[in-house]
Amino acid sequence: MNKILEIEALDFSYHTLSGETKAVQNVSFDVFENEFVGIIGPSGSGKSTILSLIFGLLTPTAGHIRTVKASCDTGDTPIGYMLQKDHLFEWRSIYKNITLGLEINRQLTPDKKQFIDQMLHEYDLDHFKNARPSQLSGGMRQRAALIRTLALKPSMLLLDEPFSALDSQTRLAVAEDIYHILHREHKSAILVTHDISEAISFCDRIVVLSKRPGTVKKIVPIHLSVSEKTPLKARSAPEFRDYFNLLWEELHDEG
Amino acid sequence: MKAKKALVITQEEFIRQYRNHRRRIIFYRLLILVVFFVLWEGAARLGLIDPFIFSSPVRLANAFIELIPGGMIFRHIGTTLFETFISFLLVLAFGLAAAVILWWNHSISRVLEPYLIALNSLPKSALAPILIVWLGNNMKTIVVCAIMLAVFGTIINLYTDFITTDPDKILLVRTLGGNKIDILFKVVLPQNFPSLISSMKVNIGLCLVGVIIGEFLAANAGLGYLIIYGSQVFRLAGIWIGCAIV
Repeated sequence: MNKILEIEALDFSYHTLSGETKAVQNVSFDVFENEFVGIIGPSGSGKSTILSLIFGLLTPTAGHIRTVKASCDTGDTPIGYMLQKDHLFEWRSIYKNITLGLEINRQLTPDKKQFIDQMLHEYDLDHFKNARPSQLSGGMRQRAALIRTLALKPSMLLLDEPFSALDSQTRLAVAEDIYHILHREHKSAILVTHDISEAISFCDRIVVLSKRPGTVKKIVPIHLSVSEKTPLKARSAPEFRDYFNLLWEELHDEG
Repeated sequence: MKAKKALVITQEEFIRQYRNHRRRIIFYRLLILVVFFVLWEGAARLGLIDPFIFSSPVRLANAFIELIPGGMIFRHIGTTLFETFISFLLVLAFGLAAAVILWWNHSISRVLEPYLIALNSLPKSALAPILIVWLGNNMKTIVVCAIMLAVFGTIINLYTDFITTDPDKILLVRTLGGNKIDILFKVVLPQNFPSLISSMKVNIGLCLVGVIIGEFLAANAGLGYLIIYGSQVFRLAGIWIGCAIV
């Protein structure tokens, strides 16, 4: 498999009047094509900071991040970012929300419009093109937010707790949906989450961070004996409980 | 315990009730106006108030009719409306531009903040006589007077709204590759559009007040001029007409 992201000895500190705080220290890991990597860790361990560093919203104090354009990537944006909440703008229709990224990047071409129409159709949102975000359910909103990110055709997605604002049932359904969509579109993803079960069921590898400053404690590859892995099926795999216990211990063992 | 009986109404009944409610509201609004004029007229006729000082609705109507030939009253109304409209547009343009500049550059806003607060709390109408000296006895003085009254509050309010724009929405635009111009046009301005409208509603009133104050001091036309002229020649009906139209 081709490597599409390389993170090497990443450090990040932020400064306040009361002093310098190290948020992330010596973090290294890679992401391969079509791979889903999870990042879990205690609150304040720098999970979201790592995503901001990868995307370029923050500049690392030390270390390197290299994005390698994947062979399957036909798009222009190497990385897409999906936030905790959908943040759909109420003053725009669903369609106009989805085209926001394309408008910003001046890529609203007939090709891209056709791509959006096709995704809206595939993911059951074509009847809601002209609706306002408040007319959609939580799951539909999150799907619209995903299409907004995918419209830019990124080869990799950064998912910053994208299901945490949803109720538990919707959360499972939306995770299942998004997993399928990302697989079908041949995307790689980095998922930041607090939820160990979600990480095991969604990801191929899990990076466990220590408490602040976040360092990589362990990288756990996930191999589940299910015929076709999906977040829901993964939960019934016999190894699921063992992985859960292993990750739980890693997270709670700060010695 | 007594069970509460649900009230079942049909759609027609609901619409009938809604229309009746709306009619009642309009009726009471008009009633208050009619009662006010009847009491005013009655009090003036019965000698409870001095009609020379307080005038009366009938006297007002007669004075208005007297001003119609020659189109004098319309000239006064037109002048005031024109000045109000010009100052309103200028307040909107200056206010919006200044708020955007302050939002854009945090250092500028930090430097100017105390001066803006000081300028906003200044009794601007007290400066009107100085404006006459600076700008002359003309429409410029009146428009500047109106602008001064409204512009500082507009800048402060819009700027405060701009900097409290949802930071997550700003982050979203950045995650879609947007720069500061995109943040301004895709989030800050659309999200604060309702507060811009409410600021415009307040400003049209403030500009009118500013124009009237300006016309008191430096005008030969306009409703403010009509009021001040009426008080100088003891034509109190003229004052009342001016006030009523304003």
